[in-house]
This record gives sequence, structure tokens and C-alpha cells, in this order.
Amino acid sequence: MIDFLLNGQPRRCEASPDTTVLELLRDTLGQTGTKEGCATGDCGACTVAIGEPDAEGKTRYHAANACITPAHQLQGRALVTVEGLARGETLHPAQAAMVEHHGSQCGFCTPGIVMSLFTLHESQRRGDGERPAPLTPERLEAALGGNLCRCTGYRPIRDAALAMGDYPEARAEWLDLAVDAAAPPQEAAPEAAFVQPTILEALIAERRAHPEAPLVAGGTDLWLEVTQRLARFPRVVDVTRVAELAALEETTLADGRAGWWIGGAVTYARLEPLLAEHYPAFAHLLHRLGSAQVRNRGTLGGNIANASPIGDTPPVLLALGARLWLAGPKGERELPLDDFFLDYKKTALNQDKECEGEVIRAIFLPRPEAGRHLKVWKLSKRREDDISAVLGAFAWRLEEGVLRDVRLAFGGMAAIPKRAAAAEAALEGQEPTETAFAAARAALTEDFRPMSDVRGSADYRRLSAANLLERLRLVMAAGDQDTPSTSAREVMLDAYAH
Amino acid sequence: MRTLTRLSTKAPDTRHDDVGPDAAAARRDLEGRLQGDGPAARESVTREAPGAGPAGSARAHESAIKHVTGRAAYIDDLTVPANCLHLALALSPVAHGRLRRLDLDRVRALPGVVDAVGFHEVPGHTDIGPVFPGDPLFVEEEISYAGQVLFAVAAESHRAAREAVKAALDAGVVEIDEQPASLDAVAAAEREEFVRPTHVQARGDWAASLAEAPLRVEGEQFVGGQEHFYLEGQACLVTPTEDEGVVVYTSNQHPSETQKLVAEVLGVPLHAVTVEVRRMGGGFGGKETQASPWACMAALISRRTGRAAKLRLPRGEDMRVTGKRHPFHNRYRLGVDERGVIQGGEITVIGDCGYSPDLSDAIVDRAMFHADNAYSLGQARVTGHRARTHFASNTAFRGFGGPQGMMAVEAAMDDIARRVGEDPLTIRKRNLYRPGRETTHYGQSVEQLGLLHELIERLEASSDYWARRDEIAAFNAESPVIKRGLALTPVKFGISFTAKHLNQAGALLHVYTDGSVQINHGGTEMGQGLHTKICQVVARELGLDLDAVRITATRTDKVPNTSPTAASSGADLNGMAARDACLRLKERLFDFATEHLYTDQGLDREGMRLADGHLVAGEGESERRIPWGELVQAAYFGRVSLSEKGFYATPLIHYDRQTGQGRPFYYYAFGAAVAEVRVDTLSGEYRVEGVDILHDVGDSLNPAIDAGQVEGGFIQGMGWLTSEELRWDEGGRLLSEGPATYKIPTFGDLPPRFNVALMEGHPNSMASLYRSKAVGEPPLMLAISVWSALRDALASLADYREAPRLDTPATPERVLMAAEAQRQRREATP
Repeated sequence: MIDFLLNGQPRRCEASPDTTVLELLRDTLGQTGTKEGCATGDCGACTVAIGEPDAEGKTRYHAANACITPAHQLQGRALVTVEGLARGETLHPAQAAMVEHHGSQCGFCTPGIVMSLFTLHESQRRGDGERPAPLTPERLEAALGGNLCRCTGYRPIRDAALAMGDYPEARAEWLDLAVDAAAPPQEAAPEAAFVQPTILEALIAERRAHPEAPLVAGGTDLWLEVTQRLARFPRVVDVTRVAELAALEETTLADGRAGWWIGGAVTYARLEPLLAEHYPAFAHLLHRLGSAQVRNRGTLGGNIANASPIGDTPPVLLALGARLWLAGPKGERELPLDDFFLDYKKTALNQDKECEGEVIRAIFLPRPEAGRHLKVWKLSKRREDDISAVLGAFAWRLEEGVLRDVRLAFGGMAAIPKRAAAAEAALEGQEPTETAFAAARAALTEDFRPMSDVRGSADYRRLSAANLLERLRLVMAAGDQDTPSTSAREVMLDAYAH
Repeated sequence: MRTLTRLSTKAPDTRHDDVGPDAAAARRDLEGRLQGDGPAARESVTREAPGAGPAGSARAHESAIKHVTGRAAYIDDLTVPANCLHLALALSPVAHGRLRRLDLDRVRALPGVVDAVGFHEVPGHTDIGPVFPGDPLFVEEEISYAGQVLFAVAAESHRAAREAVKAALDAGVVEIDEQPASLDAVAAAEREEFVRPTHVQARGDWAASLAEAPLRVEGEQFVGGQEHFYLEGQACLVTPTEDEGVVVYTSNQHPSETQKLVAEVLGVPLHAVTVEVRRMGGGFGGKETQASPWACMAALISRRTGRAAKLRLPRGEDMRVTGKRHPFHNRYRLGVDERGVIQGGEITVIGDCGYSPDLSDAIVDRAMFHADNAYSLGQARVTGHRARTHFASNTAFRGFGGPQGMMAVEAAMDDIARRVGEDPLTIRKRNLYRPGRETTHYGQSVEQLGLLHELIERLEASSDYWARRDEIAAFNAESPVIKRGLALTPVKFGISFTAKHLNQAGALLHVYTDGSVQINHGGTEMGQGLHTKICQVVARELGLDLDAVRITATRTDKVPNTSPTAASSGADLNGMAARDACLRLKERLFDFATEHLYTDQGLDREGMRLADGHLVAGEGESERRIPWGELVQAAYFGRVSLSEKGFYATPLIHYDRQTGQGRPFYYYAFGAAVAEVRVDTLSGEYRVEGVDILHDVGDSLNPAIDAGQVEGGFIQGMGWLTSEELRWDEGGRLLSEGPATYKIPTFGDLPPRFNVALMEGHPNSMASLYRSKAVGEPPLMLAISVWSALRDALASLADYREAPRLDTPATPERVLMAAEAQRQRREATP
């Protein structure tokens, strides 16, 4: 049973554990305003807004792809769909602006776009009297990059987004209903169930009893099994409500390194402010990881546990020397991320019987050290919401003109996210000269034997990975290591610079 | 020929109906009257001052409020009867082979399965080829592409049907002998494996012209295909009637063809089948012929079970099963003079048609018709091959082959410019059609040359082309890694179906006794704003507010025997038909009013008009105004019919396939775009930084909708040429089968500077609907400017001495590889 608010009205629905929010809306509730465009979370036609309590207990709305969001995650939440925005005949500003700016043509993507605009509009009105933050191109892209439109070419949608703030708003009071008052998640575990433990102990007990039941956080990859491969999950364990996995706290490790333990179920969206402050290059990458809808649901732990060779965050975390804190029925352990990825989709989590049932409790992100630099460059066919062909994450320090602690990690170059040991060795202790980098580029052929696939050929991967090292040299030579400046523009495009 | 229906009666031979001196004289006469301000022109298409009526104003899409509130219903949103069945399809996993065994009884025995159908369950026609045979509804024995439909399963839910298909295939109900697949269109053409015969258009002695020219440019290019990626996938709902037929609700650009094919598959007359289309969530050509198979399959299930049946394709299946924009291989050999002006030569295009003809004959024809774009080819021969390969049958897609044909000559323009050391824009301008060089290689004379030249000059000035050119050259000289590129490319696009019989349309107008008006016509709404424009036409003709006019779903039982909504012709044809209906009704109402109203004083029949919700007669003091509602009431009680049908057929057009000469197009639409790009030559990444567009729509029917078509078409064209890459594995199985791997432009691809203007002051020179022009397809080709700008940026790597080959889509990978090749060439040549 799922108890939630649908456009302000309490609802109670029965659904199998692998039901999606979109199926619940369209098939069970007959609410067909929300559309299915791809059922893979890539087009945004099914975008809905989900309200969750923020730190002060106020309901905050974020955009999500209904097609790959487990329906049971609505438990105790508020769901807003395109049908709920207008008050009688009065359109919500997001809707009115879309009409007046000719923002819809065929109209099929429009409900999703309206919902993304709605969440943007909500975020703009947070200031309570303060002037809302300006809608920069970056913010608009972040808000709308996950909504494909095949008709308009986006210009009228951009105009609608820029104009909607000027429209009078007759805001429904129910949008502010507190959601934590709704029924708590179910703890009971009948045979077919969507289990939502709230503490780690309960999660571990569940893992002990049902080690085969899949874990879900954002579902941004797992739920494709349901919609694309027609998988059936009689039992699913939701980790998003586990307090320990949702925690984000400062720490100092036994070896003295300061940093943060980031709970395995912390979403990209929650992580973003922290990264923006301490690792702008990493934060910039997040803007190109999936879409707002994906970043609002997807988690760092999920990206790591998924172990895809083209996951975006693992190379960065490898370059930064991240560590993992694993917890399971047989206890807890800590290990460097370097030891986590074993082979294609094979990790320390599933290497043997001993670690059965383990989960990623938290990821250690070290605090930036003075003088240590990070560059993250992702190559893909499309700049937004695309999967990497190649991703390079490079960290280093310059000590008296010599490169130290060089860590070069790549995605898309091997069966796992992997550091380029030979290339690192070629640079370690060297001055950043053309010769040293030529050696590093040559060494990449020892480190990697990339494959050809839908995202790029092996030749392209080899050449572009080597060229990223050349770019790195040029960036160092330009004396610009952390912030884009006019000099950096000479070596790479602004839109990709960080 | 495009969608020539295969009726049991022979299609009329259209080759001879325009020949003979009398016919030619009559045509010249008609041409004279339809052009400029000739009498027929004034008569049929009066222009009004802009903003003087509902037509011509920037009204919102008729469904806009329904779109934004989620109330606009698409097929999958319709309430279905309680007993509705859901279909799922079993697709061939191999591109070529023989189906040795298919055990449908075992499929039917699977849990949840209500029915299963394949080739042998089809009672009527098994081949649903739209123009020529070759498209079996289900595989009989020969498997021709990966994704071809083997059988369909019906179950109680969508999910249950899909699970049943999976279970059936896992249980081994099919046995297939895989055979080597033909996946290379060029090799297929060399082996003369064609879906249709090669066609040639030639004018003058092209070989001599090529041999004698002072300079020659030669080139070869691959132009990639394109997935339609309409946001709403293929879908239909079929309900059985109490007779032998069905009612089909479908997302479909060609309801009449679906009606015919469903009837033929069921073996029933066409009048037993009704097809309805309210709206599509995008079409772009992908639902012109390729929406029919699903309707046929669902109809089959519906008749077999007596239950409603729904079929909607999941995105991945949609992408595997349906054809796409044709990939083309183009070759050109052109002779030019020292100034870079083309003297003549030859262009050969090979369209990769996939396994069957579908619409490929007309598509390759249109590529040939546009191999000149806006330039005179001089004495030239254009050859078009239609290669047969083991892919899904490639089909209509916005531009219909035109864009692929244009790419050849636009590549040549850049090549010529590098060869003679001039700016590509200079060379493009020198080669434009001009007085004395106005006849195309297929014999049509290009009109409105003044418009073409003025449009380009105005854009050249408004975009500040030459100052930017200088600035970019200076930048590139100083910047080793980042290179900027700039290009201006024109578009000239022929408007009319090249299959003459399709250039007709009908409309049905009803006025009800409260004065409200309902209009119906043969065109379909796929987001292009056709219905809005039609409502505007009716409101304008009847002098009513737009709210008084409502449009209803396109239905084959309201307006029959319609043409597809395609070839950008929707408003041109159906708007004229709607106008015709209005004019007829208007005349009748005027006659009635003259005879029966104000009989004491008499009404001035001569100057009678409908305006501002009134019938207005006379001028000044003698003016009489009768409210529309009163007029309608009076006419009803006077027993005057308040319903009217309208019809339109495009005049003048003809084309002789034997000679490859004629006037296939009623008129041309023009446009031009300037694109500027910034390329990272180390990574291949690039950004389109600025775009300036000036586009010709004649006198716009609705500037907001037209601008929307221009912008949307441009971005879609840009996607085609840049990020949208179709990839198959070695066995011919589609790898890019969803939005995760097939990347259409997204929000951030909108150029930061995007100036779009409609050319004003140039009404259509031909008598068209209020002197407007078609706008659906032409703007797509404006995006060739982006591709040319990328080549310009890459050319800077070798001091603009040559234009590097850049096949499309020009992904970062292709751009990087081209940059690498340029660098190596520069190092090789001191």
C-alpha cells in the first residue's frame, strides 16, 4: 500500500513492488497527462514533481522521471502532475508562459516541460521576499536539459522560462502541505514487498534475510530492467530512507586526511553545493551527468556500485583518492576505491561469499589540499545528458616545478573505471614539459586497449584520451589550473572548461 | 511517384495529360493568370493588409491550453473499452535469413495470450507496400531486416503481451536460418541491387562541359540517416464495428492510406473502415507510410476476437522496426571556370533505401531535384540510384531526400572556394540562379530570383558576415587549438508532391444554428499548427472570431480520399479547400440575404461581405449589418443548407519521367542561414555560437507558427548533421535504439545567439493561399550552414587550402578525425 498526496489529495494505492510512478498514474489512476516518451528516463516527457521535506520540514519539489521512479518511493510524499497546476481556468505561470510564447507544437513533451518549469518556478520563489537568483543560461540548462522537444528547437521554451516569473501566480495552498505528516514507510515485510528500512541495522537485517533482493536508490539504472527487459522484482529494498546512508558529514580519517563521509544514498543534487564549493570541476561534471530529473534521484553510491565503465563519477573519485565504507551482515570494512572495481561489472561487493549482502554505506571524499589541482573532462556526442565516450579526471600537485601525486583516471577506456598507471609514472616527478607529456601519451597505449561501441570507435578513444593529456599540458602551461580565464579559452571551449 | 495508390483499377497515366500544343498554350495562359496580379490571382487569393483578419496573425496553437494542462489526448491516453486487448510484436533478431518454423499454436497456449497472428492469419492482402509491393505485414519466409515483424501477440495488458512475446521467443517458437546481410549501399548499387530503377535528369552536354572546363572539383561524401524521434511513438487503437469493419484511432499522417490498407488486409471494402486522427505527438514523415502496419495488425486482432485492440510500440522497438531518413552516398564531378562558376558536370546520389521501395522512388527523385540547391549546375546530369539493403525500409522524413541531395552541391561550393581561393560565400553567390541561368537540370525555370538574391544580401548585411569573417580569420591565425568557422548557406526547396495526383485536398464546413462553425479537412495535425491555420482561414473568410470556429479530428468518413499530410503541403492544399468551402457557403448566404432579407430596401449584393461577426452590405449611409447568428438562423428557417464541402487541386505542375524534364513544383520556398561555430581541434568538441536566419514564407499565415517551424526545423536539421548518429552492429542490428544512445538536440544546443526573421514584402508570386508559402520542410536545410561552418573551421588548420571531407553526422569523433587528417596533411605539405 502506498499513501501519498496526489495534487494535494490523499491517495492510497496498491501496487506491485516493481510498479513505476508512471504506471501508477496512467494505468491505475487514469491520469494520462503525464506521457511516456521512452521509459528509460532520457526524454523527460513523464516529468513529475515530487515533494519531500527539507531540513526545516518545508515541502520542496524536485523534478523526476515518473517512468523509472518506483511508485513505492512516493510513500509519504507529495506528487504533483501537470493536471494539478491550473486552478480552475487559471493557468500556472509555467503554463501561461508556455501558451503565450508558443512553447508547444505537437504538445507531447509539453507536460514534462511544464513540470520542469514548475520546479524551476518553485525554486525561484524560495527567497521569500528576496530577489530570486537570476536565470542564467547554466541554470536554465540544468533545469531543462532533461526534457527533449523534437518540434520547437527550444527557443520559445527558453523565452517562456525567462518570462514566467513575471506572471501573477495563484498558487495552490496544498503545495505547502507538510508531507512528513503522511504515513511512515512500511517496515513490515510480506512476501512480495517494497521494503523501506529507515536505519542501517534494519537494512542489514533485510540483506541477511533476502540477499537476492535488489537494492534501489534513484532507480535511474535498475528500473530500466523493469521497463526495458521486463524484469520482475518480487522484493525490492529501498535504501533512500536509511538515515546512515542519507547522511553527509565531515570527518577525519585515521590517516589524518580530512574530508567528508557521503552517505551511499546521497543524491547528486544534494552533493552539488558541497562540490561547487570545494571541487568546481567535479560540480561542473555533475551538470553534464544525466539531467536534473536524474540528478535529483540518482546517488553517488549507486553510480559506484553500478560499476559501469562509463559511469561519470568513479574516475573523478579515483583521481581524488576516495575510499569506501562498506557494511554488510558480516560486519563493516573500509577500502580504497582503487581496490573496488575488479572487472567488468564485478566489484568488491560481489567478489565472494564473504561480502554477500554488503552495501556502500558511505564514500569518503577528501578535502582539497592546498596546491592540489583537479581537472575533469568528459567527451560525449551531446554536451548535456549524454553518456561519456571518454572521461578523464586528472589530479596533481606542482612541487618546485615538478609534478607530484599525479593521478590520471579514465572512464570509457577499459572494462572498469581505471587509473592510467603507466601514464602516471611517465609524469610523476617530471616537469610538465612537452617531452614528459609525449611520454605520458605514449604510455596510454600500455594502460588501455579501448573498444569500439555505439559511443565511439577505439581509434577515437585512443586519440582523444591522449589529446586530453595534451590539453592538460596546455592548461598547465597557460598557468591556469583551477578557474577558467581568458587564457584557458585558448586551449578549450568555455562550455567545457573546468 | 509518391504514394501512388495500388487500386484494383489502373492508376491513370499522368504522363500525357499535359502534352500537346493546345495544352501547353493553355498552361502558359493559366500560368500568366496565376502569377503576379493576374486576374485569376486576384480572384482566388486576395491579400489583406497584415493583421487585418485572423489569418496572418500570431495566434496560439489551437490546442495550446490543452497541451500545457495535460488535457490534449494522444492515442495512449484514450479511454479504451473494458475488454480491450493489447498487442506486442515479435521481431526478427537477424537482418537476413529464412524463417524455417513458426509455431503460433504454442504461442497461443502461453499463459495470458488471447490470440497470436502471423503471415498465414491474414485474410486479405499480405503485402502493404504503400506505392509498390514489397512490404509484407508479417514475415512469410524471407527475413529482410533485423526488427522485421515475425508475429503479433494479443493479451489482456500491454505488459502481459510483451512478456508473452519474450516467453515465446525464449521457448523457441521460431527457427531462423541466418544468411549474410547486405549492409553497404554503395556495394549494393555496384551490384545493381535496387528497389526501383535508376533515374536520370540531364540538360545539355554535361560531359563536354566537364571536359572543357578550366577547373574540376570532385568529391564524395556520406550523409547519414536520421531517426524521426517523434516524442509519441507509433500507436493505434482499433474497435470492431457491427459490420465487417473497424474504426481505427491512430497517430498517423495518412489516414486514407491506412483506411485502404486495413480494408485490404481484412479483405473488406474501404467503406467498412473509418480512420480517425485527432493529433500526433510529432510525425516528421515517420507516420506517413509507417503508421499503417500497426493499424493493420490491431485490426486483424480486433476482427478475429471481436474486441478492441491497441498497439503501441515501446521506444526501442519503434526505433528498430521503422525506417528512417535515407542515408545517402553522394559523388560529384563539376567543371568550373576561373571565377568558380559551375559550367556543368555530374552528380550521382545513392539512397540507402533499406529492404523495400516504400517511398524511396520519390525520395531519391527529390534528392535529385535538389542536387542543385539554389545554384545553376549549367549543363549537368544528375543520377539517382535506389540501393536495396537489409535495413528497415527507409522512409519520408522532413525534406524527403531534398536535404541529402543539397549536401552534395553545398560540399562542392566549399571545395570550389578553396580551389579558387575565394570566400565560400563569394562562390555561393556567383553560382546562384540568376537571369540567363535560371533553368534547373530538370527544366523548371526558377522564379522570384530577385527574392533569392535580396534575401541573401540582406542576411549578409544583417549578420555582419564580412566583418565577422575578418575577425575570425585573425582569431584563427593566433589560436592553435580553438578554431572558429563561419558559413552562409541558402535553401531553395520545391513545393508540391512530385506525384501529381496527391496535389489535391478536400474540406467539410458545417455551420450550426447557433452560428458556431465546425471545419474538417483532409490534413492531419502533428504539431505544425495546420489546424490553427485552417481555423484562421475559416474565421477570416466568414468574418468571425477564431473562437467561433472549431476544428475536429481528421476522419476518413468526413473528408475522403485524402493525401498524406506531407511535402509541406498541408496548409497550401487543405487551406485552399477550406477556403473553397467558405466561399461557396458565403455565396449561398449572400444569395439568400439578397433575396430574403431587407426586401423592402434591398441589399447591395455586389459589395456584400462577412466581417466582424456580421454580414455587411452597402457602404456608408446605406450600410446594413446583419449579425452572423441572425443570418444563420434566417438561412436555416429559409431552408438553406449550412454545410459545404470544398476542394482544391494544384494547377500547372507536370513532370515527364521519360525525359526527366518538367515543372514538378508549383513554386519554390527560399531561405538562408549564417552559422558560426567554435571547434576544439584537440577533442573534436564544438559549439554553435550564433545563427542568423532569414526565411521566405511569402505572406505568413501565422508568423508565430511559421517562426516555430523555421526554428524547430533548423534545430532538427542541426541534430541530423551533428549529434544524431545511427549505429548498427556488424549483423545489421540497430545499436542506437533509444535516447540514451541516439542524441537529438537538447536545450543547451540552442545557439546562444539565434536570430530568426521571416522575409517580408515578398508575397508568393504564384496564386497560393493568401500568397503564403509552405514552411514545414524548407527550414531543416538551413542547418547545412552549421556543417559548412565546421568545415570552414577545420579548413583553417591547413590555411584554407582545401575543404576537408566531413561526413555526417559530424560528431565530435568525426570532427576530431577530420582535424587530425588536416594536421597530418599540413605537416606532409611544406
